[in-house]
Amino acid sequence: MEYILIIISALLVNNIVLAQFLGVCPFLGVSTKVNTSLGMAAAVTFVMVLATIVTYLIQVYVLDKLGIGFMQTITFILVIAALVQMVEIVLKKVSQPLYQALGIFLPLITTNCAVLGVAILVIKKDYNLLEGVVFSASTALGFGLALIILAGIREQFELMDIPKAMRGVPISLITAGILALAFMGFTGIV
Amino acid sequence: MNQFQNFTKGLLKENPILVMVLGTCPTLATTSSSLNGLGMGLATTFVLIGSNVAISLLSKFIPDKVRIPAYIVVIASFVTVVDLVMQAYVPDLYNTLGIFIPLIVVNCIVLGRAEAFASKNTVWSSFIDGFGMGLGFTLALGVLGAFREMLGSGSIFGYKFLPGDGILVFILAPGAFIALGYMIALVNKIKQK
Repeated sequence: MEYILIIISALLVNNIVLAQFLGVCPFLGVSTKVNTSLGMAAAVTFVMVLATIVTYLIQVYVLDKLGIGFMQTITFILVIAALVQMVEIVLKKVSQPLYQALGIFLPLITTNCAVLGVAILVIKKDYNLLEGVVFSASTALGFGLALIILAGIREQFELMDIPKAMRGVPISLITAGILALAFMGFTGIV
Repeated sequence: MNQFQNFTKGLLKENPILVMVLGTCPTLATTSSSLNGLGMGLATTFVLIGSNVAISLLSKFIPDKVRIPAYIVVIASFVTVVDLVMQAYVPDLYNTLGIFIPLIVVNCIVLGRAEAFASKNTVWSSFIDGFGMGLGFTLALGVLGAFREMLGSGSIFGYKFLPGDGILVFILAPGAFIALGYMIALVNKIKQK
């Protein structure tokens, strides 16, 4: 039951983009086509779960043991950057098709604040490792959900006559705002 | 380019939020009131100035291949300083901004200025650049925060000037997206003329 609550809360109620404002840059940058959004969502899910596991273990077995919790920010960002590089190299060797699909999105993920944000949130919320994994996976799915919905809407914009000053980022932001309004309807489920 | 132009470009012509649309996450998340927006802006300004100066000093010693990880370490150190100082002296603001203080590390503006400006310019002009960019960021955050606070709770900097509650949605998440969208549209409109 506890896990179902975590999933619903992270996926819908506290959606990472629309309610918590993490990962807005890729949300606006990549959401022009549904296909690229799917690739980005898959890459983020992969890295986010992996990063949560690694940073959790480092926090518990290194930072807490040595009592140097203030090094959290520096350690986590370096770990994530290294992890992204490693995933890229491993994917290139092991699975060429997957690398082709996710490759271009991987370098972008290092500066995706959602990954670092989730790693820090898992520690802040005192989750255990399994809860952390469930939380990060459902958060990543929530990111993918918001991304793909927005991409679906933005594909329609090509057919519309939008005022010049509103084209591009402004209209996407306003659409995201209306999406966020819709997602507010989930408040109160958990 | 003289130092004055260098300073003012961050405020208007190359404003990091309104023109370049970088660092949107903290912009949206921390502008539920004008004070929060200003606090976040000043914290980021400090990190920007610190990392710009440090990186322009170190740029000769950092090998080209590992420059990005090196920049990230420098930035993360300044963020940790801000994090600890704010926790000690302004605990209320620190709790409101929460996770967005450590997340200054991944703010694209900071790394962007390090890579695009500080690594190629002198210490003094990097300092001016960081100061101008930080001030531009703070300005946009303050204006957006004031706008949302006025509509959302009928007050500004905590002083209430309208009776009643205001339009609550502008304090909540959807209002942030919509307000920033209209602000950028306005800037586009002005630029077209």
